[in-house]
Amino acid sequence: MAIETKRIREDFPILKREVHGKPLVYLDNAATTQKPQVLIDALVEYYSSYNANIHRGIHALAEEATGKYEATRQTVADFIGAPDASNIVFTRNTTESINLVAHAWGRKFLTAGDEIVLSTMEHHSNLVPWQTLAKEKGVVLRFIDIDDDGQFVQDDIERHIGPKTKLVAVTHMSNVLGTINPVREIAERAHQHGALVLLDGAQSVPHLPVNVQELDCDFLAFSAHKMLGPTGVGVLYAKRELFEEMDPFLGGGEMIRRVQLEESTWNDVPWKFEAGTPNIGDVCAFSAAIDYLSGLGMENVRAHEIEMVQEGVRRLANVPGITIYGPESAERRGGVISFNLDNVHPHDLGTVLDHHGVAIRAGHHCAQPLMGRLDVVATARASFYVYNEKEEFDALIEGIEAAARLFRAPVHTGA
Amino acid sequence: MPQSIPEPEFDELYRELILDHYRNPRHSEPLSDADVVAEGYNPLCGDEVELRLNFENGSVSDLSFGGRGCSISRASGSMMTDLVIGKPIEDVRRLSEQFNKMMTDPDNEVPEELGDLEALQGVAKFPVRVKCATLAWHTLEDGFKQRDEGGLPPGGVVRHEE
Ligand SMILES: Cc1ncc(COP(=O)(O)O)c(C=O)c1O
Repeated sequence: MAIETKRIREDFPILKREVHGKPLVYLDNAATTQKPQVLIDALVEYYSSYNANIHRGIHALAEEATGKYEATRQTVADFIGAPDASNIVFTRNTTESINLVAHAWGRKFLTAGDEIVLSTMEHHSNLVPWQTLAKEKGVVLRFIDIDDDGQFVQDDIERHIGPKTKLVAVTHMSNVLGTINPVREIAERAHQHGALVLLDGAQSVPHLPVNVQELDCDFLAFSAHKMLGPTGVGVLYAKRELFEEMDPFLGGGEMIRRVQLEESTWNDVPWKFEAGTPNIGDVCAFSAAIDYLSGLGMENVRAHEIEMVQEGVRRLANVPGITIYGPESAERRGGVISFNLDNVHPHDLGTVLDHHGVAIRAGHHCAQPLMGRLDVVATARASFYVYNEKEEFDALIEGIEAAARLFRAPVHTGA
Repeated sequence: MPQSIPEPEFDELYRELILDHYRNPRHSEPLSDADVVAEGYNPLCGDEVELRLNFENGSVSDLSFGGRGCSISRASGSMMTDLVIGKPIEDVRRLSEQFNKMMTDPDNEVPEELGDLEALQGVAKFPVRVKCATLAWHTLEDGFKQRDEGGLPPGGVVRHEE
């Protein structure tokens, strides 16, 4: 069943609005996605009919809210093929999920000389927590580099993952290049050496079918807001035994079993990692976003994005002076196209496109080391989702051509 | 652009004078034997600026501007070279102050002394772009500071980060 964008677009009220007098063309989905009416309704329903604190009240509202919150945990577990709801911890976002692992697992189990393998295409949120840990513990960071096609260098995978490796933490799909990394193979190699694998799934879970048991990853982090869900909800999946042996991240209410003045005992997994009142309303509503995606089918979402990337690359490649980054093959990349236009800085391009109603991202995309690796200061990035249609490339290309005319001195073109 | 009638704001941002300085930057040939080299960098957008300065009798006798960045940062630096060359450092400091004021207060009346730089006034209405316009000037101030302190690092290069 193909994705019917015309019908889907009806479900997203924001797509009816105009920007600077032009219909909105929203191509900044890797930053955050728009929300369907069912998600907005679910938020309203929570606050207008069953708002209560969870796990503690003995009244009807508290029971309903607790029931819905825990049902969402199950919905998330099912969506990523996790064995059980207890494999799912709710956080604020991908960044917090990764920090949780760095603190609760890294601090407890890593010592000087241990190695963590990352890559040069990581988002800052899968880089900075490990840098901090490395400084504190004397842990060594190693980096898998990328080749000219934007893929991991195979030799680096073999060279860096070895007996000293304790963790391989890499992105499943790059938010800049779109590269879908061979994480199954990486997990196999890591496990042969007794290392764990953390996947940054911020881009993959929203756009690809992801099954944690098939991938055999040990941790998976992602954000609800990049998959039609509300801001303020993140997910950390982990294998049960890891959650059991990890220390809590934050201390306080909800995460304890018994508290005495001098010491306390921890609640069961997963609540041990959810200190204080969580983001109940947004978590409850998140299930509406997952149901919406499941209704479409993630295989279909993926197929739609392959088509969008193929068409997008084809259209962009016709623009004189354009450079497109990332894998040549649309099968190996998600719905993201980063590019640059000769003599036009991405910020200027972004401003001109905005005035054509087209929202893209311009900058370093929280991946400064990757920018250095590509030898650019910044890129422009168009990223797609289920409601984007090929017709929208017309506005994108028009805006890019307008920018080229505006900023390029005739004498400089083609230089 | 037949397909779009730019809104006033947009026109205010990309004034013809700015585009002209962007396309044909002034004094972009690096000075070969500069007294001070000051580099500016804005990690947020990756703009890079390189200023090469010569001084004579308390004045900026020559200045070149290079680097990579958006139209606003390039135009601002290019206009700065035109304005600053030949002026006493004290005057330049005052101009720099006036320019910063123009960037932070969109309603402020622009002093005539700023010349072409007046074209950048519209940038103040785009808060995310203000640092693009001020980078060259902040880098210049750093270059002056180093000259005053006489304590130039080896090679005479000063680094400024926004
Ligand atoms: C690959 C990747 N990792 C991590 C993040 C961080 O996500 P969040 O800001 O929701 O924590 C993002 C989103 O910007 C991303 O694209």
